[in-house]
Amino acid sequence: MGSATTRWSMRLVALGYLALLLILPVGLVFWRTFQHGFSPFWHAISSPAATHALWLTVQIALWAVAANTVFGVIVSLLLVRGRFPGRRVLNAVIDLPLAVSPVVVGLSLILVYGRNTTVGSWFGGHGVDIIYAIPGMVLATVFVSLPLVVREVAPVLEEIGDEQEQAAWTLGAGGWQTFWRITLPSIRWALAYGVVLTLARCLGEFGAVAVVSGRVVGKTQTATLFVEERFQDFDQPAAYAMAFVLAAVAIVVLITINLFRPERHR
Amino acid sequence: MAVATAPPGERARTRVRVPASGVGLGIATLYLSTIVFIPLGAIILKSQDAGWSTFWSAVTAPQAWAALQLTIGISLVVTLVNIVMGTLIAWVLVRDEFPGKRVVDTLIDLPFALPTIVAGLVLLALYGAKSPVGIDIAYTRLAVAVALAFVTLPFVVRTVQPVLLELDREMEEAAASLGASRLTTFRRVILPNLYPAIAAGAALSFARAISEFGSTVLISGNLPFKTQVASVQIFGQIESDNIVAAAAISTALLVVSLVVLVGIDVLQRWGVRRG
Repeated sequence: MGSATTRWSMRLVALGYLALLLILPVGLVFWRTFQHGFSPFWHAISSPAATHALWLTVQIALWAVAANTVFGVIVSLLLVRGRFPGRRVLNAVIDLPLAVSPVVVGLSLILVYGRNTTVGSWFGGHGVDIIYAIPGMVLATVFVSLPLVVREVAPVLEEIGDEQEQAAWTLGAGGWQTFWRITLPSIRWALAYGVVLTLARCLGEFGAVAVVSGRVVGKTQTATLFVEERFQDFDQPAAYAMAFVLAAVAIVVLITINLFRPERHR
Repeated sequence: MAVATAPPGERARTRVRVPASGVGLGIATLYLSTIVFIPLGAIILKSQDAGWSTFWSAVTAPQAWAALQLTIGISLVVTLVNIVMGTLIAWVLVRDEFPGKRVVDTLIDLPFALPTIVAGLVLLALYGAKSPVGIDIAYTRLAVAVALAFVTLPFVVRTVQPVLLELDREMEEAAASLGASRLTTFRRVILPNLYPAIAAGAALSFARAISEFGSTVLISGNLPFKTQVASVQIFGQIESDNIVAAAAISTALLVVSLVVLVGIDVLQRWGVRRG
């Protein structure tokens, strides 16, 4: 039958494309990492530069995730429940960071917070460096992952409506009480999903951090910068080892997301 | 990833106001301004620092202009590939049944979760000089296209998939019972329903492709006039301390992104109107 042939050829083209573009390349790096056993991997990943890069990445990501989670919930509430002039504009510009090149993000932060700027020199005078230091790297990471929580939480807030919140109000609950006991429990899965997505984005940020960090090995070098530097230095085992760690985290994130939203395509 | 959401909060709501909303609005405005708006504004200001003619000559300097052209050209090609392959993959994931479908469905999002530098490394491992299958496309425009196709893979799939899932099959059966061939049914009945979703996915993937940096760094070789994309060109200008030129090319790229963003917004409203 023609129908079966069509179905099979479509399946073949779709899966073939995914295999060549996605599955085989990722699989090959996994294989290359452990080609000579576990000990070269462990040796590469436990070097001082590698552990420092990993620890720095985790610290920056946690700061950025915390900031964007609080901000994401506030903005979602404003967008869905608020009534103020400019709400439409806020809704339109909130996605802007996703459309800006990471390099442009880095440059924009240098222009405002760099050492030669008014703001940057004021902070410098108080002993706080922003650019080529950790605060700037956190800012860059916050910028690139900013809309992810909002994009998950706002649609859910919209969907659940505010009847329960109104009921709580009527029964005399205060703003905080309503938020903690009614709003937060009903958005918790969307929030968790947004937080996990934000975390993945923060751990993997490369371009913006490359611009604002100064890329000093053992100082301002994150995990992704480590991959690039090691690879360019022909230290492929170390580059592959760190790439494996980052890819493994990405896959864990994907699985977690699927657990959070099992009903996603049903 | 939830894309294509309509602007929330259009329902009439005239009851109690959240008292803290003024504080919230203040925090949100301050946060967005210090991290996003003021810095982006600073780029535009900087690009105009030395006047319009300096801006224009920085953007049209041969190397920068070539990078911008290449970026937009390859992004268009990759977006076309995504329109075809993304729709096909969405179709297979919704209408076909095969063992391992759930795993494949999960893996579609991998490019969103995988760091871009790792994406580049991974592609270089299979399609670079040390390729185990003997395909070496490193430092070619094809390599740039493959890297962009990798990072933008999920967009069209994830916008088309939910629409396909909710599509009423009775229309197709009606078309078939009236004697339409399956190709005609697809072209005349299914495809028109998918247009808004495909267009939204395509716009997102184009916006992402023109601003991509990390995945192209290792595999493109960053050869000026050949494989250097706009973001890499800007990075080079920053490294050599040509901040005004970097800001000028950034502004050009921002304008293109902005046009695409506005386009997405218009498309979404078009999609909502069509129901």
